[in-house]
Amino acid sequence: MATKVHNQDGWLYDPIYPDASTWPIVKLAHEREAFIKELVALSIENIKEQLGNNPANLKDELARTLYSERIRVSQTPWKADAPDEKEFWSKVKKDMVRINAGHENPHAFGHEDLVQRIVKRYAEEIAGVFDVNAYDFAKRFTTTLFSRLLNASQGKGMARLFETRHNLHDKIHLVGEIDHIRELAKRGTIIVVPTHFSNLDSMLIGWAIQSIGLPPVLYGAGLNLFGIKILAWFMNRLGAYKVDRRKKNMLYLETLKMYSELSLRRGCNGLFFPGGTRSRSGMLEKRLKLGLLGTALQAQRLNFENDGEEAKKIFVVPVTINYNFVLEAQSLIDQHLKISGQEQYYVENDDFSTSTKMIKFIYRFFTASSEIAVRFGTPMDLFGNRLDEEGRSFDPHGNEVDIKKYFFSNGEISKDLQRDAEYTRMLGEEIVKRYHREAVVFSSQVVAFAAFRIIKARYSKMDLYGLMRLPSEDLTIRPKQLMDAVGKLVERLREMYANGEIQLEKEVQEGSIANIVKKGVANLGIYHAKLPLMYNEDKDFQSQDIKVLFFYHNRLEGYGLHKFI
Amino acid sequence: MASTNSYEIAPVGVLGGGSFGSAISNLLAENQPVILLTRSQEVADSINTTRQNRGRVMHENVRATTDAAEVANQCRLIFPILPSAGFRETIKSLAPHLTPEHILIHGTKGVDIQLPAGDQLTADYKLNPKKVNTMSEVILQETIVRRVGCLAGPNLAAEILEGQPAATVVASHFDEVIKLGQKSLRTPRFQVYGSHDLTGVEIAGVLKNVIALAAGALSGLGFGENAKALLISRGMVEMIHVGTHLGGDIVAVLGLAGIGDLIATCSSSKSRNFTVGYRLAKGETLTAILADMEEVAEGLNTLRISRAMANYLGIRVPLTETIYDVIYGEKTVEEGLDYLMKFPFYVDIDRSMFRRV
Repeated sequence: MATKVHNQDGWLYDPIYPDASTWPIVKLAHEREAFIKELVALSIENIKEQLGNNPANLKDELARTLYSERIRVSQTPWKADAPDEKEFWSKVKKDMVRINAGHENPHAFGHEDLVQRIVKRYAEEIAGVFDVNAYDFAKRFTTTLFSRLLNASQGKGMARLFETRHNLHDKIHLVGEIDHIRELAKRGTIIVVPTHFSNLDSMLIGWAIQSIGLPPVLYGAGLNLFGIKILAWFMNRLGAYKVDRRKKNMLYLETLKMYSELSLRRGCNGLFFPGGTRSRSGMLEKRLKLGLLGTALQAQRLNFENDGEEAKKIFVVPVTINYNFVLEAQSLIDQHLKISGQEQYYVENDDFSTSTKMIKFIYRFFTASSEIAVRFGTPMDLFGNRLDEEGRSFDPHGNEVDIKKYFFSNGEISKDLQRDAEYTRMLGEEIVKRYHREAVVFSSQVVAFAAFRIIKARYSKMDLYGLMRLPSEDLTIRPKQLMDAVGKLVERLREMYANGEIQLEKEVQEGSIANIVKKGVANLGIYHAKLPLMYNEDKDFQSQDIKVLFFYHNRLEGYGLHKFI
Repeated sequence: MASTNSYEIAPVGVLGGGSFGSAISNLLAENQPVILLTRSQEVADSINTTRQNRGRVMHENVRATTDAAEVANQCRLIFPILPSAGFRETIKSLAPHLTPEHILIHGTKGVDIQLPAGDQLTADYKLNPKKVNTMSEVILQETIVRRVGCLAGPNLAAEILEGQPAATVVASHFDEVIKLGQKSLRTPRFQVYGSHDLTGVEIAGVLKNVIALAAGALSGLGFGENAKALLISRGMVEMIHVGTHLGGDIVAVLGLAGIGDLIATCSSSKSRNFTVGYRLAKGETLTAILADMEEVAEGLNTLRISRAMANYLGIRVPLTETIYDVIYGEKTVEEGLDYLMKFPFYVDIDRSMFRRV
């Protein structure tokens, strides 16, 4: 059992490994140069294999990369880009022209050198520089920052900023199977896969992982965030590696995936937001981005292949981050409505683009927020099987499962990328299921769901876009109607909770309907300038912003709840 | 490599010694030894000593057993070919012996439902499609096996047993499973196609049985080819209509598992489902027909499930509704036909019918 320490800093748990020099992530940082060399070599090997080891294909791929990269450099430059981007790609182009002109025969040397150069550049960009001292500093810094802000919000503003009367853990609840996960972290490699609703998630989940005593994780952070100086400084030293969504060429993607695979094989705990980006609709993730998740499958297979019985297992921990409100809700739902579910390249919005904006954002977050629940869900192996404390896998009938055999054909481990891809898809589906099961429902979400459904039913002939254009006067609900709907909803939710299909905050578990409505309305998106739901002068409920109400309502989509109101 | 050789002679397992299970066993036996799991010791003994299985001659490479553990321990590749009603139970009993190395390719053209205790599938029952599982879903739920697939297509057991030319489709998300299925099943008289649309193929194979019931009835009334063609083409549209709600894809309906199987079962007295419809039209009662049938007609089960699902979804499925009413006694065959001929269909077929849900 883990020892819980509730000290001044608010740490709940002792670190599993107090000695940082034993952390794989630290070792990785020490051997950065050698690691990058290996990364480049393996990435290129992999790229060539995927191109059928055909030099002509390599040449084509190179041309495609060059083309898209030159467009990126000229059309979407970011602050975080290296200063010599333009020069680099001009040089590549020049050399490519020279090689093509001089040697029509694709078998001649030249193209491979270019690939080497490009992959090396990508590798250098992706890899972070973990720094123990900075990590230690950042750990204290975030805790202090979080709890000061929190205290400020409880008292009379800035004056209280330097008190630590309120403990962080009173507001940010870390719940779930923490002891189990700590045990597993001693025996294998952990992958944390959280839901993603807000830009604050990265910081919050980082803090939560420290708080339960796990060694730091490697995580992919959007390159755009590195344009913000403070954030870049921290992230660079906290185990972040860079992910650039603009670069969609194969050379880049393969290098990125290889980076993830190699670090997992070296035992570095990892973190992916499998949803890719923040949930624009406010719904729990339904479709996951499987690219990086797939590297876990490959790493696991290679662990078994290389280390036999000694092989480390990889454990997946689904985490739900549950808010009463999401600061970016307004812009997120706007984008969602614009793209209406279709996958499109989306334009970076700027609610998080400078240091000042970020600090303001965090400040508002803590001053306005009520509770946050970070739930560490039931851990599983890569095939969705149940795990015991020692990390052994079990089937639903209680028999131990030797997961190595999922990679067997003809009695031995075989490499089959199509098979790995299918296992990854199945893992993605399992994670989505777990998200629904591990989501913690707040009274604010219940109220939002009920209110939106009532309004939607009233204008049943209107489509979503029609609804969104209704004036606020048409968006009133009689208290009794809301209470009734919430009552039915809560009844169903409690039933689901009893069956382990969903998690509920205490109030929703056992509070009276009147209290749930009261607390829900008080907490629902309180930061927003226009309230998603409030009391009007007639003591009716009224929505000032149905889009945002829709956003919060969406969190409870996918459970078939609308049939119960 | 030694392992390749030892694999080539490794036996494959078949669960279920019914007519289709026997047919598949004999096909497989041409390429490798087969261990066939039967329910009764008597049948197993009969196969092992006299090669007789209730009137069917079994290939000499087929060895029968009643021990599920033996099949699981000896065979990495197993073909469950069981009635849908007992499918989950048999798979459950096999589950403790299965490892992640196993590969299961089932050949059951039925679905599984998990109803709350006490519920009955009555004419107005509303069944959420989410409660309907295909057989591959049952395998995934009950076992740790992940590499699953299914067999479907125009595979009338009697003709296969006679060695007539035929083809099947092996559907799976895994290339590996498709290849293994092809390798183990393919013979000079049996072609094996592959598909990645597992759900689509399963659903197509399941839903066509309902149409086969109606085809039998038409034939029993003595009607000819126009009527049958009408039924098959309208039946396909309804299959797509229902199938999309179960997560199937229309493309599968156009393949062997859909139209291929539909034509075979809707034209043949060798099909059990066809036979049920035929005898009903000839005036026999359902109870009487079922009493002297050796094996279940999956179509009856599917019919009740389709009807209940349509109730839930609020969609009109006139063919299914009518067949249901005829079989469960609300309408005579003639009344059913009359109703269908008057039903106001405006559209033969158009794109809107194929919207994915």
